[in-house]
Amino acid sequence: MDFTLTPEHLMIQNLVRDFGQKEVQPTIKEWDRQQQMNPETLPRMAELGILGICLPVKYGGQGFDYIALGLVCEELEAIDTSLRVVMSVHMGLNSLAVLQWGTEAQKQRFLVPQAKGEKYAMFGLTEPGVGSDVANLASTAKRDGSDYLINGEKMWISLATKAHHILWFAKTDPNAKNPHEGITAFMIDAGTKGVTCGDLHGKLGVRAGSTGWVNCSEVRVPQENRIGEEGEGFKIAMSALDNGRYTVGAGAAGIIRASLEASVKYAKERQAFGKEIGKHQLVQQKIAYMVQRYEIARLLYLRAGWLKNLGRRNTRETSLAKWYITDASFESANEAIQIHGAYGYSDEYDVERYLRNSRGAIIYEGTSEIHQLMQAGYALGYREDGELRCELPKYDPKVWQEE
Amino acid sequence: MNIVVCIKQVPDSAATLKVEEPSNVSWGDALLIINPWDEYAIEEAIRLKEKFGGKVTVLTVGTEQSKEALKQAVAMGCDEAHLISDPAFVGSDALAMTYILAQAIKQLGEVDLVAFGKQAIDSDTGLVPAGVARRLGWPLLSYIAKIDEIDPAGKSLKVTRLLEQGRQSVSSKLPVVITAVKEINEPRYPSFMNIRKAGKLQIPVLDAAAIGADVSKLGATQAATQWLKVFPPPARTGTVEMISGDSPQAIAVTLADKLLAEKVI
Ligand SMILES: Cc1cc2nc3c(=O)[nH]c(=O)nc-3n(C[C@H](O)[C@H](O)[C@H](O)COP(=O)(O)OP(=O)(O)OC[C@H]3O[C@@H](n4cnc5c(N)ncnc54)[C@H](O)[C@@H]3O)c2cc1C
Ligand SMILES: Cc1cc2nc3c(=O)[nH]c(=O)nc-3n(C[C@H](O)[C@H](O)[C@H](O)COP(=O)(O)OP(=O)(O)OC[C@H]3O[C@@H](n4cnc5c(N)ncnc54)[C@H](O)[C@@H]3O)c2cc1C
Repeated sequence: MDFTLTPEHLMIQNLVRDFGQKEVQPTIKEWDRQQQMNPETLPRMAELGILGICLPVKYGGQGFDYIALGLVCEELEAIDTSLRVVMSVHMGLNSLAVLQWGTEAQKQRFLVPQAKGEKYAMFGLTEPGVGSDVANLASTAKRDGSDYLINGEKMWISLATKAHHILWFAKTDPNAKNPHEGITAFMIDAGTKGVTCGDLHGKLGVRAGSTGWVNCSEVRVPQENRIGEEGEGFKIAMSALDNGRYTVGAGAAGIIRASLEASVKYAKERQAFGKEIGKHQLVQQKIAYMVQRYEIARLLYLRAGWLKNLGRRNTRETSLAKWYITDASFESANEAIQIHGAYGYSDEYDVERYLRNSRGAIIYEGTSEIHQLMQAGYALGYREDGELRCELPKYDPKVWQEE
Repeated sequence: MNIVVCIKQVPDSAATLKVEEPSNVSWGDALLIINPWDEYAIEEAIRLKEKFGGKVTVLTVGTEQSKEALKQAVAMGCDEAHLISDPAFVGSDALAMTYILAQAIKQLGEVDLVAFGKQAIDSDTGLVPAGVARRLGWPLLSYIAKIDEIDPAGKSLKVTRLLEQGRQSVSSKLPVVITAVKEINEPRYPSFMNIRKAGKLQIPVLDAAAIGADVSKLGATQAATQWLKVFPPPARTGTVEMISGDSPQAIAVTLADKLLAEKVI
């Protein structure tokens, strides 16, 4: 068993860390207060190549593996969750779904500009009336000649007002006996007539990111934009979530690390009862738990990434990683605030932002309850992963780095 | 232009160094990085290459592990890398290091410019660039804050040196040895494309024979200087005085008076 990261992994980690610390950290508090996304963020991530990190070079990507994607997410979220969310929707939920399910023509049309960062991508599954219960979504896609007419509203969509392409899930057969089989996936250009969008404000966290709604009213989409077959949408959504959840879990490990680092620093500076607070055992206990959570988090997400590299199904392992790490990041941020005392309760320090940011990940990409149901389902033998028509391709450095 | 950059792998500036008896310095499992001053030399070399064409070769005298630093330099945009390594080099001091580097540079064909950082953050002598220049018989332009003009065809350059007393404008012929200070540029991040290249790169190792070095001039016994003792400086002592007052202005006045009295300002 080999736990070492390659020199490339370490260089990637350093590059993204430097970017975050030099270009994002100095102003992130301001953007968070203003509830706006820094307009420089996406173009800079595109320019550096982060938006194509684990996509093959021949599709405009950087040619690295799925582990690299995880490491990038950890580094980004150690600075701010809004950066990692970009990777979750643009890469995990959208681009990797095109890599997995798209035809060669679709890869050329959608994946190449997304990998190059010329187009940003989002994921439209949740609706005002449906979140966890995906099979009951209400959006419809009606055949009209060789086109589809799409209607419906998506809610809580990350990058709603920033991204160009949305992977949209709609019912092509609202009366399907098995509602899972009535859903189809489409790639819709946000500039198409009939598409409108807006941001939501007043969120608890990820305030420096864009989260909003996207509406389709009689939006005409050609058949070439249908990803996969009619009725395959549910499977596509779930397989996309296997990748999105991976980025969420890896990112949340970054919050644990940031909470730990902030806590260690503060525990050595702050004095109480004649000694630095790090010398008090109950403070030490909090720090010990953060160390434990961080190391478990790394093991869980890197294992999921390793399975992806091998091309092995990882729904169970990724769900476990996402569930554990997001819960653990909330606990860690919470304890980091406790260690900082009243100062932790103010935005003078970063830890209150970590807490607010960590909270969302316990809800999106499968609530913790949904992951518990999944894990119990596997353990009890109620749940089994069937084979997919298209699997996520395994990482082959030769193929990925071919110019 | 044919440019050579010499770099050294050093412990991360954030590492906690420990000195154990007799004189062993250790930094635990802290990261090893490119000597931060050398990053300015790398950046300047890459900029010259981008402007005038040619190539940048990066060199280090070190161990197998130093290949990581070379890869990092390639990830920033250097074209080639050589590790110069031989058991006979162990225990070499700064003087011997200049001989090794000069020998290696002589193997690289017609070189226009050799760039260094102004010093290494670990051993910190600042001797190596001067020694290399002397052995090559080239001018040394140290502490460069700006390359004002460079004419690779006419083999000349003009630079600004940053000195404690001020700035100095100097012109010289190429080839030349330069050392960079941080005012010269802002080192770039590596790029993913170059990280891919660095990842695949097989770094050639040049031993004493390959650079034509006479090993009888090298090693601990031949060193001109010896490390007699390495010890941590005594812990700093001092007292902290909290200044209080009725208003920020009053506090500032008290502080200024105290600083004047202590001749700090
Ligand atoms: C910041 C943010 C960004 C988001 N970005 C996106 C995006 O880009 N794209 C997208 O499509 N969606 C996005 N979402 C939506 C997110 O995926 C949903 O909020 C999530 O799936 C939960 O759905 P819901 O909010 O409708 O909750 P509901 O499904 O209504 O659940 C409410 C509660 O009931 C519980 N519950 C539901 N079913 C069960 C059950 N069977 N057993 C036990 N408990 C159950 C849930 O766990 C939860 O506690 C985002 C959400 C947030 C907060
Ligand atoms: C583990 C260890 C053991 C050592 N043991 C001894 C010893 O036993 N006896 C002894 O006298 N000295 C020893 N040294 C010191 C070593 O020889 C010095 O690194 C050398 O003298 C260079 O001096 P400097 O670091 O002060 O470099 P400076 O002169 O301060 O550095 C200026 C420039 O020269 C470059 N440069 C320096 N070293 C190299 C290199 N190796 N390859 C390429 N470029 C370089 C730097 O990168 C920088 O750009 C040891 C150093 C280390 C790290």
